[in-house]
Amino acid sequence: MKVPEERVSAATFEALKFEELAMPLFDQLYNFARWLTQDTAEAEDLVQETYTKALRGFSSFQLGTNFRAWMYRILRNSFLSSRTGLRTMVAIDGEADENLLPAESTTPESILIEQADRETVQQALADLPVPFREILLLCEVEEMSYQEISETLAIPMGTVMSRLFRARKALGGLVREKIKGGRHGV
Amino acid sequence: MACEHWGSKEYADRLSAYLDGELDPAEARALGAHLRECAACAANALEQVQMKRSVQLAGKRYSPRPEFRNRIAKAASTSSKRRPKSSWQWQILAVPALAVLIISLAVNFYGGRESARRQHVYSELADLHVSALASATPVDVVSTDRHTVKPWFQGKIPFSFNLPELQGTDFTLLGGRVTYLAQTPGAHLIYQVRKHEISVFIFQDRAFEARTLEHGGEGTASAPSGPVSALSFNVENWTQNGLRYFVLGDVGANDIEALSKLLHDAH
Repeated sequence: MKVPEERVSAATFEALKFEELAMPLFDQLYNFARWLTQDTAEAEDLVQETYTKALRGFSSFQLGTNFRAWMYRILRNSFLSSRTGLRTMVAIDGEADENLLPAESTTPESILIEQADRETVQQALADLPVPFREILLLCEVEEMSYQEISETLAIPMGTVMSRLFRARKALGGLVREKIKGGRHGV
Repeated sequence: MACEHWGSKEYADRLSAYLDGELDPAEARALGAHLRECAACAANALEQVQMKRSVQLAGKRYSPRPEFRNRIAKAASTSSKRRPKSSWQWQILAVPALAVLIISLAVNFYGGRESARRQHVYSELADLHVSALASATPVDVVSTDRHTVKPWFQGKIPFSFNLPELQGTDFTLLGGRVTYLAQTPGAHLIYQVRKHEISVFIFQDRAFEARTLEHGGEGTASAPSGPVSALSFNVENWTQNGLRYFVLGDVGANDIEALSKLLHDAH
């Protein structure tokens, strides 16, 4: 009779689950990290750090809670404690959402963005303050619900809505500037 | 014609929530009805949808380098299969000798506890096996045809599984029934080999892990690795495709192993 071995420890069992859950999020986490850091090497470091921390903390992850929001939150917290992120943190702390509201304009920002080409919108997104950039990416690209965004960014639902509103206005303002700049430049 | 909502911040918020799929059904219906009647608001909504689309397209900009993706996938996979030797950066720092010592202690510590848990699950399964065979109707679907037995479980348990072709083997399928282990529904199949009955239990691994393992067995390998003896029965168990299999009977370990292999290879 064979003696049963400890074939797979509980920790390894968790790791198997982790791999199944975490790897499908890899591409989108990288895209988000790249947008946050604006740098390929930093984005890779950030993603690697996220997976390292997530695997290490996976045993504390509660089954039934939102794994995607949990991963994004780890990534974002890692970013905020990075050198680039620390600079961003100052911007978040120093600027209330109200102060980030762009000037009013007669042209709806949606029309401007609709008219702009993809590259212009990408440049405008890159120029947005991180709090606006990240919330737009989570809402429009990741198609997260307000609840998920609230969990990921650790902000109340009401702030999710108001920040999204301001982020869209801000993006419109930047696109407007770039379109105007482009026309002057021709 | 100007709409009463034009310029209203409250309406703008509601429209954004509507387009983001965040309004409750009643409010969404009301707003949808207004958009069908009001050309100005409909045009505004359409612009916002197009804006969302533009940001979505612009936002999907960066893809990871394949080699970076492979590196992380490999590390995650390695840490799954050989966690103590994985290449994650914090583990590189570990002194191998210390790791060996810690693993030995951990195995010894968990060994006793896991063994007790495993025995607890095995004894429950042995009870299910014996009580089913002692019952006047051991199986609820009586058939030797796997194509009859498998579909019978549809809608009765929250998963599906494959059963092996038994032609040319000593095994015969007698039928199946729904069973429960720690409030977890599963499939209980009964096979026969030389007038001995063998029970095969299949549970959802996730449900089993969450609800039962604290009181039951250990996390197991993805392939059968040899039957063990429990309460005068031989038992094999493994996980596969998110399902946890147990094969239990009073036959020899070779028969348990052979049936386990057939089940394992049926996927």
